[in-house]
Amino acid sequence: MEKSYIVKQISIFSENRPGRLAAIAGALRDAGINIFAFSIAEADGFGVVRALVDRPDDAHRTLTDLGFRVSFTDVIGVKMRDEPGGLSDIASILGDAGINIEYAYAYSGKDGAVLILRVDQVEDAIRQILGRGGELLKASLSR
Amino acid sequence: METIRPGELADLQLERLKWSLHQALKVGLYQRKFKEAGVSPDEIRTLDDVEKLPFTYKKELRAGYPFGLFATPLKEIVRIHTTSGTTGKPTVVGYTRQDLENWSELIARNMTMIGLGEDDIFQNAVNYGLFTGGLGFHYGAEKIGMTVIPSATGNTRRQIEMIEDFGVTVIHCTPSYALHLAEVAESMGKTLDTLKTGIFGAEPWSESMRTELERRLGVKAYDSYGLSEMYGPGVAFECPERNGLHIWHDCYLVEIIDPETGERLAPGERGELVITPLVKEALPLVRYRTGDVTRLMDGECACGRGLKIERITGRSDDMLVIRGINVFPSQIEHVLRALPEVGEQFIVYIDRVKHLDEMTIEVEMSRAGFSGELQDLARMQKKITGELHNTLGLRTAVKLVEPGSLPRFEGKAKRVTDRRGAI
Repeated sequence: MEKSYIVKQISIFSENRPGRLAAIAGALRDAGINIFAFSIAEADGFGVVRALVDRPDDAHRTLTDLGFRVSFTDVIGVKMRDEPGGLSDIASILGDAGINIEYAYAYSGKDGAVLILRVDQVEDAIRQILGRGGELLKASLSR
Repeated sequence: METIRPGELADLQLERLKWSLHQALKVGLYQRKFKEAGVSPDEIRTLDDVEKLPFTYKKELRAGYPFGLFATPLKEIVRIHTTSGTTGKPTVVGYTRQDLENWSELIARNMTMIGLGEDDIFQNAVNYGLFTGGLGFHYGAEKIGMTVIPSATGNTRRQIEMIEDFGVTVIHCTPSYALHLAEVAESMGKTLDTLKTGIFGAEPWSESMRTELERRLGVKAYDSYGLSEMYGPGVAFECPERNGLHIWHDCYLVEIIDPETGERLAPGERGELVITPLVKEALPLVRYRTGDVTRLMDGECACGRGLKIERITGRSDDMLVIRGINVFPSQIEHVLRALPEVGEQFIVYIDRVKHLDEMTIEVEMSRAGFSGELQDLARMQKKITGELHNTLGLRTAVKLVEPGSLPRFEGKAKRVTDRRGAI
């Protein structure tokens, strides 16, 4: 049940230098893969590009074949009200349940806003959010 | 001893060479090597006969780790120093009480040669501990009655305060640190008026560096040469003429060879310095390949002392000197190959930032084991830096790069790019 809400994010290692994002994005474009959401986390001289895409397995294979270091990371996508208090609702649910958010990023599309979360206890988080009336992206949406 | 006549010197050298070879025969390595070369120390009747003897290489010292090359029982050894090995383990150098006496006598000789004595206040701003530069100079300076400040390295502002507050007249450090010191002193508005002599060693430096150091620190700058395998600093030193270094022939038998063929070169020709120490008890060595490139200088020095060597102009191997610390690329490779997180390739860049050497190592990640988490990468970077620090004794900047992104080499890999230029 909870498993159907675990979304596969692709995480790509990238050196911190001009042209690396262009190379990643270009590869996905050429493979006809659409990016729903992405973010970049940076450290000392390198970063990790995180993305939700419509065909994660194809994206993984395409980028790996090009020599990129890619891995899947389990995240969840929570639908947010696109108005003041939307983020607060969700963060409160997790905070109350003692679930830690490792990182998050969000997008706001035509079907509303979505918060993508990497948490330490993913199945617990799913139960808590559903139990308190929250709505989650189905993993099957991106396939 | 410094101005001994050539004939007397040769007699003394031969006598000491014979002693030293018998000392070497107490070591398993030399029993084997002499047997393989089909030569016995008794066949060495002239100084030129030394050519019949096999060379000793640094890697052989490493293979004897830790105490395999000592010619005396450990109870007679009163001190241990180490120096970087070519891979993995360091090279261990032992000293008997007599060795320490010989060594400080040489340092004392060098310092007396340039006019230093009990009126001088000496700041020894090099690494103490396993590095030979600290304790070596320390005891030599005490021997001639100098007032010694064992300031060691680091905390440059404090070093400058001490020079000023204690009225320091002589400083010993690496030339690059001296330049850094000058810069910090200038920024503090200090002129360091008491300083008159600078002794610089542990890394090669140029005549233009000499000019700059003398101008900015207000010192006369002297070049000091040595290596841990030959006790440490003190093997050769500039006299006030400052045109070449007097190498102490009563303690070291010097040859210059072609590093490719091993053939001895004619006087004046530039090649690899090979030394047979003549008075070392704990770690006798025979025809040790220093890897340092120099030549024997013709002609007598105006000071009346013996034959000089030219200032070291380079290395016959790939050893690097980073902030005075010897580093072999093979050591870096050894560390990286042992780490599963690291891929096939790495490149080392050496730069000079504000007069101090910086080593940056670009490391390809291995294809396996990427978790996708930034913190795991940061942890990996820290681990690699830590392992390198353990082995090299040196802080490096590790850059993680994508697999396949570094250049591949056909034939001999060029893994080191030294962008420092001459100092």
